[in-house]
Amino acid sequence: MSILDSKIPEGHISKKWTDYKDHLKLVAPNNRPKIDVIIVGTGLAGSSAAASLGEMGYNVKAFCFQDSPRRAHSIAAQGGINAAKNYQNDGDSIFRLFYDTIKGGDYRSREANVHRLAEVSGNIIDQCVAQGVPFAREYGGLLDNRSFGGTQVQRTFYAAGQTGQQLLLGAYSALSRQIGLGRVKMYNRHEMLDIVKVDGKARGIIARNLVTGEIERHSAHAVIIASGGYGNVYFLSTNAMGSNVSAAWKIHKQGALFANPCFVQIHPTCIPVHGTNQAKLTLMSESLRNSGRIWVPAIKEDAEAIRAGKLKPTAIAEENRDYFLERRYPAFGNLVPRDVASRAAKERCDEGHGIEANDTNEGVYLDFSSEILSKGKQAAFAAGNHNPSEEETIAAGKKWVESKYGNLFQMYEKITDENPYETPMKIYPAVHYTMGGVWVDYNLQSTIPGCFVAGEANFSDHGANRLGASALMQGLADGYFVLPYTVSDYLANEIRTGAISTETAEFEEAVQRVNDQINKFLNNNGTKSVDHFHKRLGLIMWNKVGMGRSEQGLKEAIAEIAELKAEFHQNVYVPGTANEMNPQLEKAMRVADFIDLGQLMAIDALERNESCGGHFREEYQDAEGETLRDDENFKFVGAWEYKGDDINNEVLHKEALNYEFIKIAARNYK
Amino acid sequence: MATKNININLKIWRQKNANAKGNMETYKLDNVSTDSSFLEMLDQLNEQLINERQEPIAFDHDCREGICGMCSLFINGEAHGPDRAVTTCQLHMRKFKDGETIYVEPWRAKAFPIIKDLVVDRSAFDRIQQAGGFVSVNTSGKTMDANAIPIPKHDADKAFEAAVCIGCGACVASCVNASAMLFVSAKVSQLALLPQGKVEAKERVLNMVRTMDEEGFGNCTNTGACAVECPKEISLDNIARMNREYLKAAITSEA
Repeated sequence: MSILDSKIPEGHISKKWTDYKDHLKLVAPNNRPKIDVIIVGTGLAGSSAAASLGEMGYNVKAFCFQDSPRRAHSIAAQGGINAAKNYQNDGDSIFRLFYDTIKGGDYRSREANVHRLAEVSGNIIDQCVAQGVPFAREYGGLLDNRSFGGTQVQRTFYAAGQTGQQLLLGAYSALSRQIGLGRVKMYNRHEMLDIVKVDGKARGIIARNLVTGEIERHSAHAVIIASGGYGNVYFLSTNAMGSNVSAAWKIHKQGALFANPCFVQIHPTCIPVHGTNQAKLTLMSESLRNSGRIWVPAIKEDAEAIRAGKLKPTAIAEENRDYFLERRYPAFGNLVPRDVASRAAKERCDEGHGIEANDTNEGVYLDFSSEILSKGKQAAFAAGNHNPSEEETIAAGKKWVESKYGNLFQMYEKITDENPYETPMKIYPAVHYTMGGVWVDYNLQSTIPGCFVAGEANFSDHGANRLGASALMQGLADGYFVLPYTVSDYLANEIRTGAISTETAEFEEAVQRVNDQINKFLNNNGTKSVDHFHKRLGLIMWNKVGMGRSEQGLKEAIAEIAELKAEFHQNVYVPGTANEMNPQLEKAMRVADFIDLGQLMAIDALERNESCGGHFREEYQDAEGETLRDDENFKFVGAWEYKGDDINNEVLHKEALNYEFIKIAARNYK
Repeated sequence: MATKNININLKIWRQKNANAKGNMETYKLDNVSTDSSFLEMLDQLNEQLINERQEPIAFDHDCREGICGMCSLFINGEAHGPDRAVTTCQLHMRKFKDGETIYVEPWRAKAFPIIKDLVVDRSAFDRIQQAGGFVSVNTSGKTMDANAIPIPKHDADKAFEAAVCIGCGACVASCVNASAMLFVSAKVSQLALLPQGKVEAKERVLNMVRTMDEEGFGNCTNTGACAVECPKEISLDNIARMNREYLKAAITSEA
C-alpha cells in the first residue's frame, strides 16, 4: 500500500542509520530560532526531545497535563534500562541486543528501527551519566548491571527499583535548563485537544488550560506527539490515572494511521486486585524476577486452603511447590519474556492453583526465600563468616535484598500490609505497556506530514512484545538521538516559512470542534458518571481483548463496545462548567477516545488470525499452549485508517515486514 | 489485619478557585474497605457526590504508587497523613478507625497558592530547578563512555538517596516556616556528591537558594519536621551538606 512508506534506507543493517544521518538535510544554527516546534507530553521521549531541540536553538513549546513535566508516567518505571555495552563480558553486543529485541517482539517489528535502537543504546547511558543520573555502581566505582527477561546477558543498568524516575529527572533537568534559558516555553496543566493541519501538514494544536478552561491556539512548523501508552483503555492497568490515548487518537482522526493496536503487554508481576474500588494496578518490577522464584501450590487442595486462609505458603514443602516457569522453560526459567510468563500464570490459575482470595482467585507467588539464603551466605562469606548460622544468613540476605530492591519491598508492604521479607509476594498479570501505537516511518514521522510520534505513543520498535528495560531505552533513543536528526531534516524546508498564523480557518474549525465536544458533554445531563462507563469498558477489554482472545469473544466485544459507546454519549453526566478546573470533563473526553480505541483493538485482534507475542488467539496455539505464528499470512504491521465515527469502517493497510539480517525462527525460550 | 468496612466522617477544604474564600465542608462516607487507599476512598466519595449531583472534590493525583509527587493532602494535621514514609496515595484506610473524623486540607504555604479545593500551585519548585538543578551538558553526538569516571559506591549511594526526592512539597507543608530547604538540598546534594556536578557546584547552590528565597519560601530553623514527614525519607544531612556548599560558594565565588 503506497500510503505506508517506511523509508527504511538501503545498505547493510549496521550502516543504515549512520549513512542515513550523513545525508539528512540540516538546519543552520542561525535559522533554528525562526522555527517553532510543539511537543505534547514530557515523559522520557518528550522531555529529551524538548531539551535536545531547545539546545539546538529551535523555539520549542512543550505541553503536559500535570502540574510539572516531572510527573509524566515514565517516572514510575522501575527495573532498568538496557544498553549493549558488554561491560560484563558475557557476550552482549549491538547485534545481540538487536537480535534479542526482534525475537522478544516475536518477529513483528522493523529490523532497521530495532538495530538503530541497539546502536544508540550505549550513548543513552553515557548521556545520562553525564547529566548526573545516579545509576547503581559496584565497589570499584563502575556501573552495575543486572539481568532482565528474554535475555541471557546482564545488560540492564538501574537505580534501585526507580530507574524510570532517575532517567526522567535527568531529562527533566536538561529540559529545566532550557526553560530557564528561555529556549523552551513550558505549558503545565495544559491538555492538547486537537491537532491543526494546514494544507495537509501539521501546523499546530488546540490546547485547553486545565485551570481556567481557556481554549488556546498554538502554532508550529512541526508537532511531536509523545503522549505515552493507552493501557488505561482497560481501566485497571499500571498506568497513572491521567494516562490516556487522546493526543494519539486525535491525530489518528486527522489522518495518522494507528498500528497494531491489539499488541498490548500484560506484565506478569503486579499486585493482585483487592476490591471493586481499585483505581489502578501496581507494578512489581521485572527485575525482581532476577531474585524471586515464581510458584503455585502443586496440589489444588493446598491452593484452596491458602485462599480460605487456612494454610500459609511458608508451610508448603519444596516438593509440593510447582515452580512452573522453571519447569516449562529451563533455559530462561523465571526470566522468560513477559507474555510467556503472564500466560503461564493465567494457565495455572485457570486450572485452580491460584492463591489470592479475591473475586477471581487470580494470584501466584513470587518468592525470595531461596535468594535470601543464597545471597546471605555469599554476603556472610565476604564478611569473613564462613559458617554463618541460619539467623545470620537470613539477616545478611535480607540486607542484600533491601539494597537491590528496597523501595519495591516497601511499596508492596504499604499496599498489601504483608511483609515480603517474611512471606512470598502475591502477584498476578496486569496490563502494563502498549506496543501498538501511531504508525511512524524510519524518521518517526506519522502519515501526517510534520507530525512526529515518539516513545510509547508510537508503534515501531517492540513488535508483538516488548522486552523489559527497553521502553526506557526507546523513549530516550527517540528523543535524544533520532528526532533531533529526523525533525531537522523535515524542518530544513521550513526556514523560509515564517511564523504560522493561528487566525486561519483551520484553527477556527479546530477550536469549534473542541468547543462542540466540551459543550456536548457538559450539557448531556445524563445519569451515570464517567467512571461508571470507564469501568464497564475495562471489564469488556480485560475479559475479551486480554490475555486470551477468541473469535467469538472478540466479536462480542466489538458489539458490546458499540452499545456502550451509544449509552455513554447518551447518558454520561459531567458536572461543573467549562471555565474552571473540571477533572470530570477531562476524564469524559479521554474515555470517549478510549471507547473508540477499544473497539479498534478488538477489530485488530479479530483480523490477526495468529498468535504472536502478547496477542494470543486461542484458536492458534500449539500442543504445549505456546503461540502459533503465521508468518506467511501475518508478517506485517497492521495500520488502520480512520473513516469516521463508526469504527467498523476503519480501513486496514499492511506494511510487509522483511527480515534480511535475522533468520526468523520459532520463538523458543525452553 | 483482616479486611473490613468502616464508616467515616470527613472534613475537607473546599475552595472554588484562587480568588474565592474557602471553607471546611463535612461529608459522611459509609462502607469504606480498609484495603482501599486514601485516594480510592476519595474516589468513592466523589462518585457519591456525582450521583447526588453535587460538585466532586478536586485533588491532584496521578501514579497512585508513590513516585510522581502529585498527591499532596494534609491529613489530620500531617503531610500525607498518619503513616511514615508514604505518600497520600500509599496511605491505606486500615490506618483509620470506624466512626473516625478525618480532616483533609491542601498544602499550606505562601509559595503554594491554592488553585481549587485541595489543588495547589507548586510551580515554584520547577522554577528552583530551572535556576540550577542540572548539569550543563547538551545532548552529545559523541558521548564520553559512562564508565570513564569511576564513582565510589558510597558517594553513588548517597547521591541516589538524595536523588529520590519526588518533589511533592510535603517538606514545605510540614515546616512551620514553609521552608523548601529539604527539597532544594536534595538536588544540590545529589549533584554535589557526583563528579559530574562538581564543575558548576558553586553557581548551582547560589542560584537555587536565591530562587528559593525569591519564591517566598521561609527560612530553615532546623526543626526537622520536614525529614519526619518526607515520604522518601530524605535526610536532614542533605540540608547540612547544602549549608556547607552554600558557605563554600559564597566565600569563594568570584561574583
